[in-house]
Amino acid sequence: MTSVTRAVSRGRKPRELLPTGTPLTLLEADGRTVRPADLDMPDDDVLVALHRKMALARRFDTQATALTRQGRLAVYPSARGQEASEIGAVLALRPQDWLFPTYRDSVAVVCRGVDPVEALSLLRGDWHCGYDPYEYRVAPQCTPLATHALHAVGLAHAARLKGEDTVALVMLGDGATSEGDTHAALNFAAVWQSPVVFFVQNNGYAISVPLSKQTAAPSLAHKGIGYGVPAMLVDGNDAAAVYAAVRGAVASAAEGGGPTLIEALTYRVEAHTNADDATRYRRQDEVEQWLARDPLARIRQHLLGRGLLDGPAIAALEAEADAEAAALRQRMNTDTEHDPADLFRHVYAEQTPALHGQLQELSAELAAAADDAEVSR
Amino acid sequence: MTAIAERGRARPVTTAEVTMAAALNRALADALGEDETVLVFGEDVGPLGGVFRVTDGLAARFGDARVFDTPLTESGIVGAAIGMAMNGLRPVVEMQFDAFAYPAFEQITSHLAKFRNRTRGRVALPVVIRIPYGGGIGGVEHHSDSSEVYYAHTPGLRVVTPATPGDAYALLRQAIECPDPVIFLEPKRRYWSKQAVVLDHAGTALDQAIVRRAGSDVTLIAYGGTLDTALEAADAAAEEGRSVEVIDLRSLSPFDDETVTASVRRTGRAIVVHEASRFCGYGAEVAARVSEQCFHYLEAPVLRVTGFDIPYPPPHLEEYHLPSVDRILDAIDRLQWQETRPAVTAGR
Repeated sequence: MTSVTRAVSRGRKPRELLPTGTPLTLLEADGRTVRPADLDMPDDDVLVALHRKMALARRFDTQATALTRQGRLAVYPSARGQEASEIGAVLALRPQDWLFPTYRDSVAVVCRGVDPVEALSLLRGDWHCGYDPYEYRVAPQCTPLATHALHAVGLAHAARLKGEDTVALVMLGDGATSEGDTHAALNFAAVWQSPVVFFVQNNGYAISVPLSKQTAAPSLAHKGIGYGVPAMLVDGNDAAAVYAAVRGAVASAAEGGGPTLIEALTYRVEAHTNADDATRYRRQDEVEQWLARDPLARIRQHLLGRGLLDGPAIAALEAEADAEAAALRQRMNTDTEHDPADLFRHVYAEQTPALHGQLQELSAELAAAADDAEVSR
Repeated sequence: MTAIAERGRARPVTTAEVTMAAALNRALADALGEDETVLVFGEDVGPLGGVFRVTDGLAARFGDARVFDTPLTESGIVGAAIGMAMNGLRPVVEMQFDAFAYPAFEQITSHLAKFRNRTRGRVALPVVIRIPYGGGIGGVEHHSDSSEVYYAHTPGLRVVTPATPGDAYALLRQAIECPDPVIFLEPKRRYWSKQAVVLDHAGTALDQAIVRRAGSDVTLIAYGGTLDTALEAADAAAEEGRSVEVIDLRSLSPFDDETVTASVRRTGRAIVVHEASRFCGYGAEVAARVSEQCFHYLEAPVLRVTGFDIPYPPPHLEEYHLPSVDRILDAIDRLQWQETRPAVTAGR
């Protein structure tokens, strides 16, 4: 294993760790290019890919919410309005990097290549995460807040010890930044100079609690300086800016520059989940203001304006998105087979005698119930 | 103490008397030497060698990439260990004291214990969390908790605790090799107990109890810090004509029903001994299992000799809290001998 030096300061002046006062932006809300640019504009093919994946994500998200109404998903936390952040961050990762998502980041997980039905396993009400984390380099979607940030740090630190070129990106929400594990993870990553990108999607609300009740910091990105972690505040509805910021942070981490904290300023257009009622805690005119800053429309306008996209291409993309949604709907409309014995299979590497005994108990119970059903028929 | 059942192949390394702390140190050194994926980290485990010196000399010998101090955050230590294990390493982390492990509780119960299950076996987390636990060393508050049931109650964790130096070595080596996460509870008042042993880990399996003393009238079930108290009580009881069997559980989860049940079915009487509070304590589970599995063999209720249901007392008062030889002997006397047969009669 390679030895790891733990340079804490990296020679940066404190001021250089601070984020900008206003969010870094590449595209105006109407799609025009910001001049002078705050970041390096991604290549045209990247912009086209961002738009394409965001359109697919938007349709996936709508379909997933619909599946809750049909009883096919137990719950779905929508990422509508956050597609620039979700997709921009994932497309900026390299194949060898790892993604540590939360429950709200299903569209990011799918964008990383995970089969949509597998990605929705937990939200469908299953007992496991669906996909093989090693196959996609995507950790299970994390339900407790911020705990997975430490897993990202540990995985990235191990990669460095083993001499692997791997960066871990962890997705967090604004509420999660109040959790102790966010503090712990930023601090560990900074002290160890681990190749980690802390990607905070500030969507304005932690269920019902607005950011003003969450923190008194000038911005969430300002928290970085306290750990010696350089931070960026980026327009989270600008896919080009998110992509460029994350790409830069990944490159820096891969070159031994340590962790970066990125706050993507965005908005949760839907309620916390389908089970939540957002009208109890926020006004519709606030939502309307953010709808006018829609991230998908923004990059679409930009591409149309530059001739990188046209009406027929959009129509074809919408048709593709509809077809994917239809396929998802169809696959989710089949009842899954559940074997209760599976619940006992992976608790330990080898089933313990006690668990084996309890499985026998349950099996006998099920057999008796089946016999009863047979008799009553 | 009767012959300690350190079975298995004898390695060339026969030691003079070693303390439990030294045996643990040796186990860590041997694991680090044999497997380059093993890492040791925590608070003060580097140059200082840990507050109990269990990691003494390891950082100098194996380098600070493999044995190192972390920021002072227990959830951070366990959370980072989880990520490292996801990436193929075998972290052995130290929580400095029992009660200081509580900040890591969410990482342990919500992630470490469940990762294998929620990934259908694809992600194994071979993490060992060493926790010095229990009282008897005159520690001030928060330094003497017996926290075993918090972990034993959590599916997906293994919980083990050695009571002798030889077992400390064997169990720690086995815990590090185990594919499941292991909570490794070190009875800190036994750290300086000595034993001449062969340090080997090919003996009794990680999840098996050991009969430390054979007897026929009553079974004492103990672990960790209370094993020696139980053995002393057994010696004293022998002078009064009672033949006492003493079981060292070693593995609190999974529980070795087979060894315990076989013993109690022979003796017909059982007492569980532990330092931890009685209510919902580990003894409650043992008593329930013994009652379920040995009911028709029992001559008396299963008794518990435990700490009281109070916060762990300060140094000047802890002697009143800890299970003593006298308390165990009193409990043996209460096992309804007069209603059955003379005490010297061999149990069924």
